Amino acid sequence: MTIAIVDQGAVSDPHARPVYRPFPGPASKRIVVGYGFWIFLLSDFIMFSAFFAAYAVLSGETAGGPTGKQLFDLRTVAAETGALLASSFTCGMSALAVQTRQTGKVYAASFFTFLFGAVFLGLEISEFVRMVAEGAGPQRSAFLSSFFSVVGLHGLHVTAGLVWLTVMLGQIATRGFIPTTMRRFLCFALFWHALDIIWVALFSVVYLMGAAA
Amino acid sequence: MLGKLNWTAIPFDEPIPLVVSIVLILIILSVLGWITVKGYWPYLWREWITSVDHKRIGVMYCGLAMLMLIRGFSDAIMMRSQQSFATDGGGGYLPPEHYDQIFSAHGTIMIFFVAMTFMIGLMNFVVPLQLGIRDVAFPTLNSVSLWLTASGVLLTNMSLVIGEFARTGWLAYPPLSELKFSPGVGVDYYLWSLQISGVGTLLTGVNFVTTILKMRAPGMNMMRMPVFCWTALASSLLIVAAFPVLTATFAMLLLDRYLGFHFFTNEAGGNPMMYINLIWVWGHPEVYILVLPAFGVYSEVIATFSGKSLFGYRSMVAATMAICILSFLVWLHHFFTMGAGADVNAVFGVATMIIAVPTGVKVFNWLFTLYGGRVRFDVPVLWAIAFMVTFVIGGMTGVLLAVPPADFQLHNSVFLIAHFHNMVIPGVLFGAFAGYNYWFPKAFGFTLNERLGKAAFWCWFIGFYVTFMPLYALGLMGMTRRLQHTDNPLWDPWLHLSGLGAVIIMVGIGLQIAQLVVSIRDRVALRDVTGDPWNGRTLEWSTASPPPFYNYAVMPNVEGLDAYWGMKASARTEKHEQPEYEPIEIPRNSPTGFVTAFFAVVMGFALIWHIWWMVLLGLFGAFVTFMVFAWRKRDEDELPADELARMELERAGAPA
Amino acid sequence: MTDEAHTRPDRAHSDGYDSAPGDENKIDVIAGTRGYLLGMTLAVLLTAASFWAAGTDLIWAPGVPIAIGVLAVAQMGVHLVFFLHISTGPDNTNNILALAFGILIVILVVGGSLWIMANLNHNMLPMDQLMQMQR
Repeated sequence: MTIAIVDQGAVSDPHARPVYRPFPGPASKRIVVGYGFWIFLLSDFIMFSAFFAAYAVLSGETAGGPTGKQLFDLRTVAAETGALLASSFTCGMSALAVQTRQTGKVYAASFFTFLFGAVFLGLEISEFVRMVAEGAGPQRSAFLSSFFSVVGLHGLHVTAGLVWLTVMLGQIATRGFIPTTMRRFLCFALFWHALDIIWVALFSVVYLMGAAA
Repeated sequence: MLGKLNWTAIPFDEPIPLVVSIVLILIILSVLGWITVKGYWPYLWREWITSVDHKRIGVMYCGLAMLMLIRGFSDAIMMRSQQSFATDGGGGYLPPEHYDQIFSAHGTIMIFFVAMTFMIGLMNFVVPLQLGIRDVAFPTLNSVSLWLTASGVLLTNMSLVIGEFARTGWLAYPPLSELKFSPGVGVDYYLWSLQISGVGTLLTGVNFVTTILKMRAPGMNMMRMPVFCWTALASSLLIVAAFPVLTATFAMLLLDRYLGFHFFTNEAGGNPMMYINLIWVWGHPEVYILVLPAFGVYSEVIATFSGKSLFGYRSMVAATMAICILSFLVWLHHFFTMGAGADVNAVFGVATMIIAVPTGVKVFNWLFTLYGGRVRFDVPVLWAIAFMVTFVIGGMTGVLLAVPPADFQLHNSVFLIAHFHNMVIPGVLFGAFAGYNYWFPKAFGFTLNERLGKAAFWCWFIGFYVTFMPLYALGLMGMTRRLQHTDNPLWDPWLHLSGLGAVIIMVGIGLQIAQLVVSIRDRVALRDVTGDPWNGRTLEWSTASPPPFYNYAVMPNVEGLDAYWGMKASARTEKHEQPEYEPIEIPRNSPTGFVTAFFAVVMGFALIWHIWWMVLLGLFGAFVTFMVFAWRKRDEDELPADELARMELERAGAPA
Repeated sequence: MTDEAHTRPDRAHSDGYDSAPGDENKIDVIAGTRGYLLGMTLAVLLTAASFWAAGTDLIWAPGVPIAIGVLAVAQMGVHLVFFLHISTGPDNTNNILALAFGILIVILVVGGSLWIMANLNHNMLPMDQLMQMQR
């Protein structure tokens, strides 16, 4: 969408008029696929924001039941955050390995990405089970409905990501580093990092602000 | 074993749905039988069902829209006739439980399956051609979008035969739509149909944003794009921004209904007003999603038939993008009466008035385009001019409603009904008809019959006013919306007049069907030989009618706005030398879309009727379909350069 | 879609005009690893700061949510820059514009809903009291 851009190779003259760069034609597949997935991710952010809005509005509606302050265990949350952050790092490592086609490194880094993601999920599921057992399930109050939904939606996305990662490793194993697989891995990396960004919002708004209230 | 499903689901005791269901099933079976007997299945499968060609997909979307227009209109004429008959405090032929389903289905079908599908269909057909490229960014995803929309259509219409539809109105407000007050399957049919088709629509939005921003012919900077592509971009951006909110809100209602959550219930802290807030966060951008492509159609049509370039291109682009952003700032005007304070109401009221300004800019630009041009009053232009007059009236009532104290009197009266039909029908529907008449020759190679087109237009135009102007009067007299019967004799003449109007529109629809049938019959005489029947200005008119499956053998080099007009002006349309052909990649057909949609219907039906094993089966099937797609060996076929040259030669030398 | 001969070449992911989001311009494993390490370190520090801010007495209580919010935004920025390689170069313009659009909508949806619902709740009776009045 850049219409008037100073030609990057030109000698910088602050008084030079910007040179129109005519549109060079359709972009390469990697850019098209990456951008399309980016737009899809933004739509996903917006879907999360609707659930966030519901949580923000309903967070005080505890209907006489337990509040966030009473329920949240910040040590578990810290562990979950650490696990997801570590998995983001290893995902970055695997992305580098995919670019340089180092199969062994790809499998190793992806294994750890999967592992840390699974740890995150395990911790989250155990937290949910504990809360339900204490009678603080999603049917108890609007606050709990919105809590389970927004956090659970994120967990569902993480689950989907783990399934996707497994499929990606299958694709690399059976088809190698063909352009299609590289594009799909780019999309997976985008997805995984985006999930960590959403988690930052989640743990800050839901858990930390909830506990500090 | 079969969840909530049993024989009572079939409406044996309700004559009207029963008869309609039987008739519909007979029609569908005879069509399927005819196709089988004639041996058309391989052709249909190969050329249409598994097609990923944007032109084919666009035609299918528009066809689906026209079919659903007939369904939605039957609901409308039932409503008008019921209100015309039942003016004595009772009576009529539709009991309230049935009437409620009819007005709910009418709104749902018209917005989601007529208006959306028509606009998306036109975008699909036209945008890649106007951009000078061969297909959208993600052709297989495009097919998935189409078939998921069709799944939603199928599920909604299935509710006629098995079960019931929602009785909550087209937006299903809680607490009425909660399980406690709507324990039947109606609301579930509504929710799952729209969730499934909503995914399809969202993917369309992603597809078109990417296509328009990343894939255009060389030389086509953003400010050289046709206005229809700008409006398609704005509409697609709105789809990407708004539909996730719809998905989320419906998901919350589904969680309430299926798992006993308390988002919008009356107990345990739920807040029904939150649903209304969120649904209109989607709902207002939705109407702009619908109307912006129609505005684009009008821009194209008016410029072409005036023989002039569109007046004020830059201000058109600015107005379009302004509408795109502003549409997210007005949603509270749909619930001024829900109890927000004067400050909130005032802010949104003012914002609502402001959003009328860019539309006004557009109207003036269209007027200035017509002014000084040699206007040819062909069918598309008739629709455009009727739109300008009628839409402005509707817009004025909108500005009136934007004043919160006025809205307190008129909210949920038939004045509101008149207002939004006064926006959507001339805005979206007339635009759809204009686009249909305008681009039909490009799609099929022959023009539509002009006389029948004009006759249909006049019936619609007159019929619209006769139907909806009385509703303004009735609204001011205090008549509420969605009434199954009335008992105020002062209202009767208006109700009868409105019913008459609906009959006039029905004649118009009949004439449109006749137009299509007659045009097909006379297609040889109506053949479009040049590819440019209207002396067009944009690139799609430089292709043959219909275009070859690859659209452009060599991608055009764009040197200005109205690229084709520029080419004609410098007399470069005939290629005198053989251009350098290079091999082209053609995306392969794929059954992925159709099969995914099949499993979506299975899952939707199973979820509605609580048949849990079937849900898992559907999910598994969808997953397997996805895996098969992920492992397909080739995404594209290559069309070699000499084959391409041969096709082009054949096309150029083909006898008229 | 389009023939590869006419699409822009797929050189090191930036074709001179555009970059895919998430792609870096050069594939240099050492520099890339350092980038991810730096990003992770910053993210860990910001996370620790958030957790501390939530539990400490050193910050004025009404300011705690704001502190957490600012730290969260900062951390999202770290993710975007170090993990998603979003930059302000002209090849990333489309990516940033899309992101800005998304952020705007998120702010409108969340902020708008909060403002409206607070206003509504202020003016309306709580739901259970409202239901009791219906009887």
